[in-house]
Amino acid sequence: MHLDYTPEQRAFRAEARAWLEANVPKARLPSFDTAEGFEAHRAWEGRLHAGRWSAVTWPEAYGGRGLDLIRWLIFEEEYWRCGAPGRVNQNGVFLLAPTLMEYGSPEQKARFLPKMASGEEIWAQAWSEPQAGSDLAAVRATATREGDDYVLRGHKIWSSRAVFADWAFGLFRTDPASERHKGLSLILFPLKAPGVRIRPIPQIDGEAGFAEIFLEEARTPVANRVGAEGEGWAVCMATAGFERGLMLRSPARFQATAARLAALAARGRPDATQQAAVLQAVMDAEAYALSIYATASRLMAGGRIGAEASCNKLFWSELDVALHRAALSIQGARAELADTGDGWLDGYLFSLAGPIYAGANEIQRNIVAERVLGLPKG
Amino acid sequence: MVADTVRALLADRCTGADLRRLMGEGARDPGRWQALSDMGLPGLMLPEALGGLGLSEVDLVLVAEACGYAALPEPLVEHAGVAAPLLAAFAEDARAAAWLDRVAAGAATVALGHAANPFVADPDTAGVLLIAREDGLHLIEAASAGLTRIASVDPFRRLFEVEAELSPDTRLADAQTVAPHLALALDRGALFAAAQGLGLAQRAVDMAADYARARMQFGKPIGANQAVKHHLATCQTRIEFARPVVYAAAAQIGQQDLFSRARVSHAKLAALAAADLAGRTAIQVFGAMGYSWETDVHLFLKRALALAGAWGDEAFHRARVTERAFAAPVTPDQTFARAAAAAASERSAA
Repeated sequence: MHLDYTPEQRAFRAEARAWLEANVPKARLPSFDTAEGFEAHRAWEGRLHAGRWSAVTWPEAYGGRGLDLIRWLIFEEEYWRCGAPGRVNQNGVFLLAPTLMEYGSPEQKARFLPKMASGEEIWAQAWSEPQAGSDLAAVRATATREGDDYVLRGHKIWSSRAVFADWAFGLFRTDPASERHKGLSLILFPLKAPGVRIRPIPQIDGEAGFAEIFLEEARTPVANRVGAEGEGWAVCMATAGFERGLMLRSPARFQATAARLAALAARGRPDATQQAAVLQAVMDAEAYALSIYATASRLMAGGRIGAEASCNKLFWSELDVALHRAALSIQGARAELADTGDGWLDGYLFSLAGPIYAGANEIQRNIVAERVLGLPKG
Repeated sequence: MVADTVRALLADRCTGADLRRLMGEGARDPGRWQALSDMGLPGLMLPEALGGLGLSEVDLVLVAEACGYAALPEPLVEHAGVAAPLLAAFAEDARAAAWLDRVAAGAATVALGHAANPFVADPDTAGVLLIAREDGLHLIEAASAGLTRIASVDPFRRLFEVEAELSPDTRLADAQTVAPHLALALDRGALFAAAQGLGLAQRAVDMAADYARARMQFGKPIGANQAVKHHLATCQTRIEFARPVVYAAAAQIGQQDLFSRARVSHAKLAALAAADLAGRTAIQVFGAMGYSWETDVHLFLKRALALAGAWGDEAFHRARVTERAFAAPVTPDQTFARAAAAAASERSAA
């Protein structure tokens, strides 16, 4: 076990830190769930891309640096250490891209990855439907072949960023007679196109972070299907593994929040209960980091992420709530103030989504119980 | 590798039935101890020059995890991981050297009276006692000490009050010399308690999962109910996020600085909290069976309770993590303490 960084890794850290310190916007960007904030974050993606920092693990051909997972973790550590903006294209860069790398055709990679890396095309997910939330296999939206196109019909919902995004990836029933996990396909489609109607849904903070997507004979080329027709479930589960497992929530952001929480506690006068909450959150953020380093090492040695990814999702989502809840408790009567600019209240509200999205934590606990511990299905 | 062998041996020779048999027979199985000794385990951390295996904490942590999984009654972990290495630190002393020969041969164990613990574990089967006092560390033959048994909730813990005639003649090292060795001994005790905690926790979860698959109520296995699943999934998640802390603490224990000590403390808190939760959850899943003496789950709960207080209790270890968290907040570039310590010294040099 080698728990230290190599000289090359240290040099890489220094390079990332220097670039970030010179380039991260000094002022906090407006929320990316507003029209103005979305474009400001798109511009930030472009700036990252110009420095080749927007997708560091990707091959150089697509705008990345071909870095291994340990360097990705180091980059993330530096990124969150200096308080850089949230990643408006995270659904693309961290969720769709790994799937495209594995299942996409060379043409799809060449068409989509460079513009994803540059922020020219921002991506939304289109998985859930009104009757298909935790039970994702209940999707009803259809994709019907007409010549070289699929014609999309259906109703997607809870799509983060879809109000302003350019493209979406979603699960569609390509075999209308199919049921459950069979007959589904993963299809990429433009959001700013005829037959696509978007209705914003304000999130808990009042901003248009969600959308409903009504697909009324929208068209997308058959060439935009990722993986084989009817294999969409397996392809999507690969994406879900990454989302729950690793890329979406690097440990660095929780460690950065934990360090801010420790500083907040040190400035105030937390009582014993508050201090215990701070300490637990600080320890858990560190435990998450150590676990992800171990996972990254395993993946680099050729391993794969399995059902233990569900443990990760449970842990980080509950940790994020605990970190922010502890901060608000210390802030006391000032916790309710909306415009302090310190991020604790916004972060708290955002953290409440964690146990719901990417597979609700109840589902994750079922997965752990059934696939890790071998308990019978209910 | 060693740990795999230990796991297999204990799966065979430290079953629930073995534990129950031993409760009436003095709680120790000489045949099993001989088998563990034959593998060289008591000398696992002793240098090869002293007849040991020359392995480190990183190796023994895996063995300790396996011992926890089996709730091994014999004092292998504390002897091999704490007391014998402490004795080996004074190998140039003739009195220590004489005992080390026997220890490496598996013919004698070492028991340690450390200020972190109110009583001494397993002096009754030990050949030699190391006793820390204000004036330093003393070495005496175990047979010369007066031992009074103190009952523990864990039927396999053998705790004693030790009365011994200590004098300048029995002193192995003065207080100043021995202080860093005793500090390392405490960290090792805590680390290996944490590692055993991982094993205890996993065993409790595994037993409960086995039972939940088999026990039928309302016409289906109780494990098909989400309430049961979610309890056990929560326990498993705690284990998964304690284990990497324990392994990192093992790799870094030699640093003996603010960072490595806090990591040991974090490991102990996390692993024994997982063991506590898993033990209680297993009892709940077993229902009335779990509350009975006849199922094995209570043995794992009790070992976890005992180890949670040994080698620094929760308050002690929380204080050490608190010290680090506030004296040196962990920013995202400081996941690994050695890197962080290096960065801190670079900063102070600059």
